Amino acid sequence: MPKRIFYGLSVLLLSAVQPALAQQFESPGSRLLATGGASTIEGSGGGGIVPWATLSSYADEGEWGATVQMTEVQVDDFSLSVQGASFNWNNRVEVSYARQQFDLETIGGELEQSVWGVKARLSGDLVYGAMPQVSAGIQHKRNQTFALPQAVGATDDSSMDYYVSAAKAWLAGPFSRTWVANVTLRNTEANQLGLLGFGGDKRNSREWVGEASVAVFLDRYWAVGVEYRQKPDLLSFAKEDDWKDVFVAYFPSKHVSLVGAYADLGSIAGLASQTGWYLSVQASF
Amino acid sequence: MKIGLSAVLLLLGSMISGAVQAQSSELYQQLGERSGIETIVEEMLLGVADDERIAHYFADVDILRLHKLISEQVCNVSGGPCEYTGESMAVSHNNLGINNADFNALVEHLIAAMEQENVPVSAQNKLLALLAPMHQDIVE
Repeated sequence: MPKRIFYGLSVLLLSAVQPALAQQFESPGSRLLATGGASTIEGSGGGGIVPWATLSSYADEGEWGATVQMTEVQVDDFSLSVQGASFNWNNRVEVSYARQQFDLETIGGELEQSVWGVKARLSGDLVYGAMPQVSAGIQHKRNQTFALPQAVGATDDSSMDYYVSAAKAWLAGPFSRTWVANVTLRNTEANQLGLLGFGGDKRNSREWVGEASVAVFLDRYWAVGVEYRQKPDLLSFAKEDDWKDVFVAYFPSKHVSLVGAYADLGSIAGLASQTGWYLSVQASF
Repeated sequence: MKIGLSAVLLLLGSMISGAVQAQSSELYQQLGERSGIETIVEEMLLGVADDERIAHYFADVDILRLHKLISEQVCNVSGGPCEYTGESMAVSHNNLGINNADFNALVEHLIAAMEQENVPVSAQNKLLALLAPMHQDIVE
């Protein structure tokens, strides 16, 4: 196709799509500020390390929404980079994707994983009504660098996580501030999210783990909170610890959010007490 | 003894309801009393009129009357000396087909108006918490 015609067609196509896009950019959805939460390191909408019952973006009934995210975690001997995107239809179904690169800075080498997620809102609403919002989700994880995980005892290079989450907001909780709490129950056999593969030589079975987050909004735009995530411990070569973090989240508008955290990831691959910072930026459409 | 206990309970009861009263009227004061509330509601309705998501619901509505009724209602729930003279939320929103997105749009304009008027966050939250239960009567 001659270049000029191609260019002309592109412009035509863009101008046809543009009004819809412009509208979407102007108003990224009708749900209230911050109710889309942040993006987790596994791609699902939530806190930083815990998927929440809330669905990503601001899409409400009769709307769709999307997010893209970039997250960097730097602890003593490792760093994690995450790029992800999610799509929300009708505030009913969320589809997400995340790519993780885990740099073994001291040991040497890099581990990679991709995570596809689907989450459905089953009942309730985060803000309105007495009952919490309840959602269920799955995360399909595939480790692309299985040689090392296999060498240390992992049995599979891909697996599914299943989880159920409940989240509730109190508009005027203690100190007349808005509080949000989320609890998640997850069934998993992932070692360090799956970056060290799935299943193990110490135990080769799925486990239920509990995860929780609590946040308080200081005003309409700033929130602080804590997260805790239980982890299985399936590999004999190194102990796997629960993860926890304290975070500050900033929602200047519905278009963008920033989360900074101090994370304690415990022992990873035999290197003890991995602590450090976490930084995540999300754009919402 | 029995009378003594009743008297104590009565006293306690009146103290508690007095405290609740004081707390409610504190919210009324934080909202700027009647004139402050009328300004907030006016700004909220101006925002609504400019919002193509929900403006059509108000096309055939007597806006001055609506302003008066919502102001009365906010004054009343915040503990101010007002009677709400309109119909119940369920009746006045019957069959309008208002969904969650529409409801949130209105809440957004209320929040924007309170931010504009520098209402403290604690007072904003208290008012929102008092109004939020209306969701079940308004949204279909």
